[in-house]
Amino acid sequence: MHNSPATPGSTAAQTVAPAATMDHEAFNPALRHHFADAQQQKNAASLGMWLFIVTEIMFFGGMFCAYLIYRVAHFNAFAAGSQQLNIWLGAVNTAVLIVSSVTVVLAVKAAESGKRKVLVGYLVVTVLLGLTFLVIKGFEYAEKFEKHHVPGPTFNFTEKFDDNGKQIPVNPKEAELFFSLYFAMTGMHALHMIIGCGLFTGLAIMAWKGHFTSDYFTPIENGGLYWHLVDIIWIYLFPLLYLISRHT
Amino acid sequence: MATTSIPASQAPGSTTKLNYLNNGHTLRSWLLTTDHKRIALLYLLSVTAFFFLGGFFAMLIRLELLTPEGDLMQADTYNKVFTMHGMIMVFFFLIPVVPAVLGNFLVPLMVGAKDLAFPRINLLSWYLYVIAGALFLHCMLNGGVDTGWTFYTPYSTAASNTNVIEAGLAVFIVGFSSIFTGLNFIVTIHRMRAPGLTWSRLPLFIWAHYATSLIMILGTPVVAITIVLVAVERVFHLGIFDPRLGGDPLLFQHLFWFYSHPAVYIMILPSMGVISELITCFSRKRVFGYKFVALSSIAIAVIGFLVWAHHMFVAGISLYAAMVFSFLTFLVGVPSAVKVFNWTATLYKGSITYATPMLYAFGFIGLFTIGGLTGLFLGTLGIDVHVTDTYFVVAHFHYVMVGGVVMGFLGGMHFWWPKITGRMYPEYWARLSALLVFVGFNLTFFPQFVLGYVGMPRRYWQYPPEFQVLNVLSTAGASVLAVGYILPMIYFLWSLRYGPIADANPWNAAGLEWQTASPPPTFNFDQTPVVTWEAYNYDEIPEKELEAPVAQ
Repeated sequence: MHNSPATPGSTAAQTVAPAATMDHEAFNPALRHHFADAQQQKNAASLGMWLFIVTEIMFFGGMFCAYLIYRVAHFNAFAAGSQQLNIWLGAVNTAVLIVSSVTVVLAVKAAESGKRKVLVGYLVVTVLLGLTFLVIKGFEYAEKFEKHHVPGPTFNFTEKFDDNGKQIPVNPKEAELFFSLYFAMTGMHALHMIIGCGLFTGLAIMAWKGHFTSDYFTPIENGGLYWHLVDIIWIYLFPLLYLISRHT
Repeated sequence: MATTSIPASQAPGSTTKLNYLNNGHTLRSWLLTTDHKRIALLYLLSVTAFFFLGGFFAMLIRLELLTPEGDLMQADTYNKVFTMHGMIMVFFFLIPVVPAVLGNFLVPLMVGAKDLAFPRINLLSWYLYVIAGALFLHCMLNGGVDTGWTFYTPYSTAASNTNVIEAGLAVFIVGFSSIFTGLNFIVTIHRMRAPGLTWSRLPLFIWAHYATSLIMILGTPVVAITIVLVAVERVFHLGIFDPRLGGDPLLFQHLFWFYSHPAVYIMILPSMGVISELITCFSRKRVFGYKFVALSSIAIAVIGFLVWAHHMFVAGISLYAAMVFSFLTFLVGVPSAVKVFNWTATLYKGSITYATPMLYAFGFIGLFTIGGLTGLFLGTLGIDVHVTDTYFVVAHFHYVMVGGVVMGFLGGMHFWWPKITGRMYPEYWARLSALLVFVGFNLTFFPQFVLGYVGMPRRYWQYPPEFQVLNVLSTAGASVLAVGYILPMIYFLWSLRYGPIADANPWNAAGLEWQTASPPPTFNFDQTPVVTWEAYNYDEIPEKELEAPVAQ
């Protein structure tokens, strides 16, 4: 119990953290004043992060719901749109993200065992992999512009749905809806990737400065949870958008 | 550590002791505070400002409807006025009011913690609220919005030429403020409880806030993405909800109500938590069926997520789906009824005191019962088809939201005012205002049930002359209600300087928040309390003369 029995009238209470600095056997700069001990703080941070992940899943859930409903309603157009996506770039990006999740795990492991330089290394590699993903995604978006598959006034879709060799014409408005959802979902995912790269750059700088020890690396763990979440969302986006409508 | 059950007499008075209010007087010490109690007061100020702004628009509506002709404003203006009223009241008042003010202040105190788990995120949530509020005011001053608070497509995407995007952005941001509040509460309730404070010993206020937070976490992100999609559709002319482009406006309604129906429970559940505290304290009895009342909050949160399509019975959903949602709507009435019956059973053979908070609690039970039962009328398919989009619906949700939430909030404010400020409010004036609110409320909204039943549609600025008598009654009631709301503003402010000094526990109430000084010190407790008793152990608390500190 670090809970100070000092009189509440003491001036200590005038700044934010002082009560924690009054009676400790072991001084821990990372422990915030309102937690009883480091374990409680860690548990709280971790639960908070999991709850945040729940909100993210609900956030993406709205778009997944829209996608699934419209896919059922306009199956041919969605399949035709899906067949126009570049499956190879998508597959490479999936691989890039899976590897980045591995490096995140290794970073957490390095933090756990207090290896500062290894930790920084894995964090930097993770950011680089994230940027690789974004660059590849950029090429994919450019391809959509060239093929006039970006929703809007210039949208043009004459491709047919290839149902095992049978060519079925589709309503371009419905195909536009597919690409609207494609851009909304992958765009929101890319936004999360950008935030993740920024977050991990910050973590790498903090790690370089020695903010983390083998006793305190909660931000690394929670940042890792965020990264895995963004990966998993892609793991669902890839088959839904690229794979499940390919019969040939 | 010894059990710290500090008798009220020993708790030092608020004369010279350092507490959260006099611990720093600069503007900076308020605007950069991470103290949950100060943040609660920041919320109180901003939420009250929005309440009176929303009330101003309500008065404009009532004035326009005083006569059958559209003589005060044109149809377009009227559309904007009721939209502003709805958006302000729902997103900037009703949703944050009890959790962000009373919840923020009391959750850490009630669980025996020094603060919420994430004090800086708590402050961030207030700033998000303020940013969203400023954005909304800007939107309002630039012509406002006329889509109704529901942002229904295609009004909001294709038809309306008002500031839909800016209003949507404000709602999006204020949603994140509420997500952060919910996240903070859940983590605090899980991880920060004092030693010995098991789940079955938690106050029902905490259970109610826990259930509320679950809804905030699960529902709010869905409305956020829905509003993003509306904005995207409006800007880039995508067809997500536009049938001409392959989309479906019904999907918008599904996504919107998936949040916005549970949002009703975000509003009412915290107030129910307040009422549980009031009823038990002023009956001097443990709440009847504690476990059932606690779990009914969770049940409301869970079932509340499965009833949203009852807003869409006439929107073109299948009859089969409508029947399922009708059934589920009846089901959510069960836990609500458990609460009402258990409160009533708590009163039985209790020794009841008619202090102001208790008057509000009685008002709540009566009004919520009417609001809840008319909700079942609306959940019935046949009646719903008859009264959809009439004043019957308007009356129903005002009974729940204003009759429920605001009564609970005012009751709670009176009950915890001595804890928050260290001063008592003037009892006579408070009872008068409770009476005015109750009478004014019923006079305003009861005639609207009749109006709706005989066919007056909502959201029109004109109406046939035969509806005028009831509309005049309603407007007269609104004036009484306004007085009832302004009075507490005045005497609360008055009491800050002139109210009698309150001791640590003026109501002789159970609960950890009453065991620390009034107002509490910055870190809430001088020593972390250890709880060895059940909640509401009123049979173990000796009686004390209640009138002494109250009378004025």
